[in-house]
Amino acid sequence: MTELLGQLPLAAGEGSFWMPPKGSTVALDVDRVFYFIFWTSAFFFLLIVGLAVFFVIRYRRREGVEPGETAHHNLALELTWSGIPLILVFVMFYMGMKAMINIETPPSRAYEILVTAQRWSWLFTYPNGYVDKDLHVPLDVPVRLTMRSEDVIHSFYVPSFRLKKDIVPGKYTKTWFCATKPGRHVVFCAEYCGTQHSDMLADVVVHPAGEFEKWLADASNFADKLPPAEAGKRLYEVRGCMQCHSIDGKAGIGPSFKGVFGKKHAMTNGDMVLVDENYIRESIMEPQAKVTAGYDPVMPTYKGRLKDAEITAIIEYIKTLAEPEK
Amino acid sequence: MTATTLSYGSHDPDAPNVHDASDNYLTHGQGLRSWLTTTDHKRIGVMYLISVLTAFFLGGVFALLIRTELLGPGRTIMDADTYNQMFTLHGAVMIFLFIIPGMPAIFGNFVLPIMLGAKDVAFPRLNLASWYFYIAGSVFALLAIALGGVDTGWTFYTPYSTQFGGQVIPIVFGVFILGFSSIFTGINFIVTIHRLRPQGMGWFRMPLFLWAIYATSIIQVLATPVLAITLLLLIAERTFGVGIFDPAMGGDPVLFQHFFWFYSHPAVYIMILPAMGVMSEVISVFCRKHIFGYRFIAYSSIAIAVIGFFVWGHHMFTTQSAVANVIFSALTFAVAIPSAIKVFNWLATMYKGSISLDTPMCYALSFIGLFAIGGMTGLFLGSLGTDIHLHDTYFVVAHFHYVMMGGTVTMFIAALHYWWPKMFGRMYSERWGRFACLLIFIGFNATFFPMFVMGSQGMPRRYYNYMEQFKAFHHSATGGSYFLAVGFVIMAVYLLHSLFRGRPAPANPWGGATFEWRCSSPPPHHNFDEPPSVGDCYDFSNLVYDKQVGGYVLKTPDGAGDSEAGR
Repeated sequence: MTELLGQLPLAAGEGSFWMPPKGSTVALDVDRVFYFIFWTSAFFFLLIVGLAVFFVIRYRRREGVEPGETAHHNLALELTWSGIPLILVFVMFYMGMKAMINIETPPSRAYEILVTAQRWSWLFTYPNGYVDKDLHVPLDVPVRLTMRSEDVIHSFYVPSFRLKKDIVPGKYTKTWFCATKPGRHVVFCAEYCGTQHSDMLADVVVHPAGEFEKWLADASNFADKLPPAEAGKRLYEVRGCMQCHSIDGKAGIGPSFKGVFGKKHAMTNGDMVLVDENYIRESIMEPQAKVTAGYDPVMPTYKGRLKDAEITAIIEYIKTLAEPEK
Repeated sequence: MTATTLSYGSHDPDAPNVHDASDNYLTHGQGLRSWLTTTDHKRIGVMYLISVLTAFFLGGVFALLIRTELLGPGRTIMDADTYNQMFTLHGAVMIFLFIIPGMPAIFGNFVLPIMLGAKDVAFPRLNLASWYFYIAGSVFALLAIALGGVDTGWTFYTPYSTQFGGQVIPIVFGVFILGFSSIFTGINFIVTIHRLRPQGMGWFRMPLFLWAIYATSIIQVLATPVLAITLLLLIAERTFGVGIFDPAMGGDPVLFQHFFWFYSHPAVYIMILPAMGVMSEVISVFCRKHIFGYRFIAYSSIAIAVIGFFVWGHHMFTTQSAVANVIFSALTFAVAIPSAIKVFNWLATMYKGSISLDTPMCYALSFIGLFAIGGMTGLFLGSLGTDIHLHDTYFVVAHFHYVMMGGTVTMFIAALHYWWPKMFGRMYSERWGRFACLLIFIGFNATFFPMFVMGSQGMPRRYYNYMEQFKAFHHSATGGSYFLAVGFVIMAVYLLHSLFRGRPAPANPWGGATFEWRCSSPPPHHNFDEPPSVGDCYDFSNLVYDKQVGGYVLKTPDGAGDSEAGR
């Protein structure tokens, strides 16, 4: 996992010391506010600390030297140092508000993508029904995301787009962006959601003009073009199986798929159940029906979310992971 | 005469109440039982000191475990679930067991009645009850660890906390009980300040620490019940399936966030206001200068307490509607102004002073720098456009720690050193005190400054695993945290050492003009033999240093120090 993370740059191109690269139309506005506040703060910080240090040196305690007599209050001075910060923070408020209004106001026509967040993966559903684990978008085209959560609160965060939106279960959350930089950008989950919160990552892949449509057409019919086991492998990766079920025998949130097929396994109720085509199908449609001993009943149902042909493909893939009889 | 065999002072009410040092509140009654049944505000303050510092130690251990785990991405010393429990416990223990009760319950209890020249708080038994509620609440909260841990984060956000999270109920119930402890303390201080001020001490002649404690108490009394109700609803939902927050049962998870922050945002002012109060005392005493802009500092405490109630929505800029965002952003910027006013007034107090760099003043100076960074990084988070990017990243973690640790903890330590001679009658080593301050200052910045950069570069908080590009920042943070730990260990050693080997403290080691410096160190059980007369508590002109006494004494009319009365 570490290696995988290392290979994901936040985005193509360079950012500044403070901010990641600018990948969307609103990034410019946000960075302008950021640096306005930054330089204002830096000025006042140096003023305050500079004065404090100067006073400490200039007025350090000396034997026989009494403190100077000064006024105990001065209304004009108080009003000045209340008034100047007040004006400055009003400017910050106004700039920040304008940037937020841009972030919150989608253009009337935008490309629509549905986002499903679940512990601990992202699913992106395109208008033609195709589902992918990464968010592919065209360059310079406004994209509107309609997001929902399968379980707890998640937050869709793309640092290089300066975009973050909480996804609250029980309602649809909408947001939008217009990518201005081709290449890959990382998606984080920013709202704590449990064990693998920090691995709930995805990529935003920004395709140059004309290439997005080609990619979508190509990606959408993989189930028809590929042999079932290979299609099953793709589904395993993009539909959220991978996050909990390993293929190398390591126990995760759910049992590993390695060598699972064709063997009998103990269930939580003590029964021994043969893992065959029908058991896998049942476990996908009704995950809580028979849960393998030692695991919690936490898997969401895929009823209505996977087609029959897709379930068959996943079964074929799991079969390829079975261990040959010794 | 030696310092330990003093006679009573003169009956001149201006003179310090000198008292036989062997008869003090620490020796008044022997044995554990006399402590556990005491209603003496000073003893309750010391009991709080011991229990709150224990919580601080525990929270610090959790912090070191978190930082060690984050030395590398992926597993370093613990698995993801354990890590999630560690940051939850670090947050919950530091917030509810250490920093909220900390300043009011320890230093408020110890010095508030003495600053008023009173014998005790208005309700001494309620005061003792608050300590027992604190202990009971802490036991419940820590029971969660023994029962298997909790991993919701200290914010207990629903529906995570109602569906998952481990031992949520004991810790939430513990926090519920701790709330009562906080309310009892708040009520006590409000009534004490209203009713027990001495003849001649109007509101604007009170020490500014009392204004700060008063503002804090108002928040404690008004906001804590909201948290109590929220936590009860959470328990009801988790236990009985009452659908309030969980959308699966028809509830609204964002409602929980509103309820929670309606308490927890004002609560950060419970944490910082007393620190600002200590700052006002320390800066004027160690500069020997009258505090500048008394009324503005006093009113700004009240302004922070009042405006602080209306800014909770800035924790939900990525959740709520744009209109709500605009309102809460504007109010959030408004609350920045009183803090700025205070900082400028403290600086003006230093102007033309006679500045001595004793340990409490070193911490006060460190506070100015750290609180300035903490406060001004809050501007990035109050501004809507930038907050959307920075929310829930390490930038928030850094901002919060600069305000809470750089601000409150720094002044907590300053207060501990400032009143330590008064509390225990012993002087600690100044040299070690300043050295520890330097270590803590360096360690703190090495730990938390890189987090600003990580956060603005996009590293989300509460992450077990992270990208290679953040490794160097995490290394600095972990290294800094070990520096911090060494600083605190040194502090513990020289403070404990002073209890046994320290030079006996004079009545007024720093030259303070508030009442607590007029009774002996440590104070007698009843604080004063004669009620002290009220003067200007920031006028140091009639206090002079007496080498024989090792502290400050009142000037006699002929100009020489009256060493007889000062000891």
